[in-house]
Amino acid sequence: MIRAIIRRDCMRSWTGGAVAMPVIFVMMVATLVPFALGPNPALLAATGGGMLWVAALLASLLPVDRLIEPDRESGLFDQLIVRGARDETIMAAKLLAHWLNFGPPLLIACLPAAALLQLPGDVLWRLEMSLLIGTPGLAALALMTATLTAGLRGSSALTGLLVLPLAIPLLIFGAGALGENSGAALKLLAASALILVAMAPFAAGAAMRAGRE
Amino acid sequence: MSGTGQATDDGTVRLHVRDAACRRGGRLLFSGLSFTLDAGQAALVGGPNGIGKSSLLRLICGLLPPFMGEVAATGAMALADDRLALDSDLPLGRALAFWAGIDGQPDAVEQALERLALTPLCDVPVRMLSTGQRKRAVLARVIASGTPIWLLDEPANGLDTASIALLGRAVEQHLQGGGIVVAASHQPLPWASTTSFTLARPADADEDWPEDGEP
Repeated sequence: MIRAIIRRDCMRSWTGGAVAMPVIFVMMVATLVPFALGPNPALLAATGGGMLWVAALLASLLPVDRLIEPDRESGLFDQLIVRGARDETIMAAKLLAHWLNFGPPLLIACLPAAALLQLPGDVLWRLEMSLLIGTPGLAALALMTATLTAGLRGSSALTGLLVLPLAIPLLIFGAGALGENSGAALKLLAASALILVAMAPFAAGAAMRAGRE
Repeated sequence: MSGTGQATDDGTVRLHVRDAACRRGGRLLFSGLSFTLDAGQAALVGGPNGIGKSSLLRLICGLLPPFMGEVAATGAMALADDRLALDSDLPLGRALAFWAGIDGQPDAVEQALERLALTPLCDVPVRMLSTGQRKRAVLARVIASGTPIWLLDEPANGLDTASIALLGRAVEQHLQGGGIVVAASHQPLPWASTTSFTLARPADADEDWPEDGEP
């Protein structure tokens, strides 16, 4: 069942074009930043990594309003529950599918974006590492907030407002891991992401159960 | 994937509801509801709008926790309510195949489509279907699930005469095959129900139950 949900979500994302949105977003930021800051290579190299982390964070919010609400509205979750699935299992599948649909595309988009910002090779390498570790945490945050706000009016704006402050630790540790000797920041980033990923299926599952009553 | 119950193939399909009560939004909808259905039996739930017919079906299939009493079912269930649960961009056949894949019945879709005269619409995207066609698609999903217990919420709503006859034939075939059907409807349905009852608000329902109080 988990596999069926993940395959369906990925198919929808690919055929619907949603998978391209984070990529386009990051590329747009990488194109605009040199216009705003001026083409000074030293300045771009110093600020580019943090810019890309901010872009990645905002890009991760793009698909959030389509994450839970359409499937809740169409009765998909109800049908899965009737078939004996647990809310936690469904949410774990949703989490994995959500990450697959924005994490890897984002990592790939950072390669040309880093070239546009003239990031040094070692910074790019640390950026990719910290994004690889941090994006699952962002996915977990997005999933938890999306389940809490599912069914509310104006939920997409609310979800963004709720996720952003909660994502600040990930941003601090993620961007902090870009400098040299950044092992500690990377470990803290990994710890925060791990906690978020571990609790997300349970928190989101409880939110879904409460929302059904 | 087995559903809410086990043992679907040794012929002991059974649905037992004992003393069930349902409360939603602080209001007691119904209480003291008991019935038992064995293989081949059908129940018809009647009553005015908003009395809790849909809530009863959701309670039976585990989507709502009973306020009091219990539901015991042997056999997996399928629920047909007013929500399609099909991907609106996919062709009907492929949208149904998603559920058939989860239910482990990959070949059942074609047959289910044929029994509700939906085969010509197999390649039409779900969002293009009309009201009656959507209702038939929901029923096709239930038929294709291969489960012994069917819970049908207003199954005849929006269907034309020919489609109601098709539905009646499908349900009768299901009952003859040892299935159980619980249908909630305010209009007569084209099959013979073993039990039928009408939901009514309990006499003491005007007093609101305390939020966390013991019943």
